[in-house]
Amino acid sequence: MGIIKKIVNLAREYYKFILITILVYGLIEILNGTIPLVPRLLTRYYMQILTFALINIIMTVSLNLINGFTGQFSIGHAGFMCIGAYTSAYFTTILFKAAKMAYLPQLALFIFSLIIGGLLAAMAGYLIGLPTLKLRGDYLAIVTLAFGEIVRSIIRASDEIASFLSRLGLVKFSETIGQINGPRGLSTIPALSQFWLVYVICILSVIIMRNFIYSTHGRACLSIRENEVAAEAMGIDTTRYKIIAFSLSAFFAGIGGGLFAHVLRFIHPDNFSFIKSIDYLIYLYAGGMGSISGSILAATGLTILPEFLRVINFQQWRMVVYPLLLVVLMLRRPDGIFGNREFPFLVPKKKEVN
Amino acid sequence: MDNKQSLESTKHNRLAYDRSINWKKYVVIAVIILFFLLLYISSFGVQAFLQQLVNGIQLGSIYALIALGYTMIYGIIKLINFAHGDLFMFGAYMSYFLGNYLIAHHFKSPFIIVLIFSMAVTALLGMTIEKIAYKPLRFKPRLAALITALGVSLFLENFFALPPAEVPFPLNKIVFGPHFLPFPPLIADKTYNLAGISVNNIKILDVLVTIILMILLQYIVKKTMLGKAMRAVAFNKDACLMMGINIDNIISITFGIGTALAAAAGTLFALTYGQLQSPYLGIWPGLKAFIAAVLGGIGSIPGAMLGGYLMGISETFATSINSNFGYGIAFIILIVVLIFKPAGLLGKFDKEKV
Repeated sequence: MGIIKKIVNLAREYYKFILITILVYGLIEILNGTIPLVPRLLTRYYMQILTFALINIIMTVSLNLINGFTGQFSIGHAGFMCIGAYTSAYFTTILFKAAKMAYLPQLALFIFSLIIGGLLAAMAGYLIGLPTLKLRGDYLAIVTLAFGEIVRSIIRASDEIASFLSRLGLVKFSETIGQINGPRGLSTIPALSQFWLVYVICILSVIIMRNFIYSTHGRACLSIRENEVAAEAMGIDTTRYKIIAFSLSAFFAGIGGGLFAHVLRFIHPDNFSFIKSIDYLIYLYAGGMGSISGSILAATGLTILPEFLRVINFQQWRMVVYPLLLVVLMLRRPDGIFGNREFPFLVPKKKEVN
Repeated sequence: MDNKQSLESTKHNRLAYDRSINWKKYVVIAVIILFFLLLYISSFGVQAFLQQLVNGIQLGSIYALIALGYTMIYGIIKLINFAHGDLFMFGAYMSYFLGNYLIAHHFKSPFIIVLIFSMAVTALLGMTIEKIAYKPLRFKPRLAALITALGVSLFLENFFALPPAEVPFPLNKIVFGPHFLPFPPLIADKTYNLAGISVNNIKILDVLVTIILMILLQYIVKKTMLGKAMRAVAFNKDACLMMGINIDNIISITFGIGTALAAAAGTLFALTYGQLQSPYLGIWPGLKAFIAAVLGGIGSIPGAMLGGYLMGISETFATSINSNFGYGIAFIILIVVLIFKPAGLLGKFDKEKV
């Protein structure tokens, strides 16, 4: 009885959300030519752009946890992504050769590698969260930036690390590390990020992050954003919540990175440079800080916009128009498109407290 | 009795208290630096050490010049001006054009004219950007201005990288194109050999120009009425309005001075390496100079110089050991410094008022 009631309650709470996600997915599948008679409008190129848009949604919403909801200022999000991407690619490409596996074990391995990548990124997030004990504002920002670049330079030095490990006697391990191919880039990654999988993971992570934000812990994070001193006075362990926010955000960024690696199929440390982090910052602020709906819309829109400008033969000018639009947007709406608002279906119902 | 009381009073005297702590810290730091120094000398020799020191000072002076601009702009409006690296690039290109023109008209060594011209033109551009993009956001959320700065930076890079052949008429005279360009020899290159260390006259020029500009800046900021007004605006804008200081003008002039320093750095950078890779060349020097500014304590002018030199020297040494390692070292030093001195080497925290 209790279980059925729970399921009914869950369904009541999520039915709008589920309906909308299924509708969007169905629309994309129809345009993709799944149903006979309807011509295929979305070619593989468009599907790839949409997959990137989904990954960017995961990344932007997770960045929103730190920048938008906890009020910290991180500009090294690509570092977490880099950790996730390299870890999952290490598992699927170097350790286990997923390309030769049957479909189901392949899928299981991929999900496992994604989670490991996310956990490693979360550990890095924990480490980066520790200095936030002392640092504030721009100093924190610069440490996160430095962190991202350090991750990149460690991967660039993978050959040196491999030779060091083999001198220590870990020959097998050093061989696999050597195959990461640091400055030459890791290629032949199997294309495991199918659209449906990315879609499901994207929606799951958005739901998890939303639930976190509307939980007690999320409220604690919000209070840190609004006023750190007051939050501390109310008995909130600000350091702990900052670290929680950093680790959770890094976890999802790591998963996003793993998905990214298996769409692009070739990763290089330079893919995850400061410039990539800047992209996510732009999506986040254009959408509006502290708004999941804004992050989703802006990540989708701004991923598609440069490609759209390319399609309408604006090739040369697209990267000029894009920043101009951004500047105009910021001058007209300094709080982003959404500001602090949300789509109603993303806000959980308030529970009555007796 | 008397003795004990005096001891108590020394303990509460802040200055004496601080000194007693710092003394041990500096000894530890000095021992660590000495250790690395000896390690380097023992493995590479004294000559290599001195050679790298010279190279490091030269690179450090360029970083210091850019960092000065960052720090001035940050000090006055608390904005990380991400477009600063691109103004550095613009300055380099301006001196390229005037340098080529003057050399074609048989000027022997037009370095000083070119430097002043490029500084003036870039200062104008910087002031225009401030008026258009940053001024409307002065009393809006700080991060909106930051994203605008990112947008401006992307715009400058991508606009000037447009190939002139594909751009309509009035604009094709302005854009630089994405090509590699050899920088004109504004000064005849002479290499001196001092006890096995090769010192280029351009390197000496870099350091000299940097020191002259720094002294000039220090004079302006500390001794003139303009500098007094600048410091006042950085301290409290509302009080400045009441005292009859035109804060718009002062901020404009500060932007002008900061970008002029960036242009000088760009000219020196291009002259030293003899080439302009592309309009994207400002990204990494700009980022590293920003880190240098934070390292020294952002908002502090001596801090920017110290940070710049520290950054340049440590980077040159690390790169001489291993190029991949050299890339990350700057960031590692930054994190270590920020863990022990959260406001940078010479920076001060404002006490948070409740």
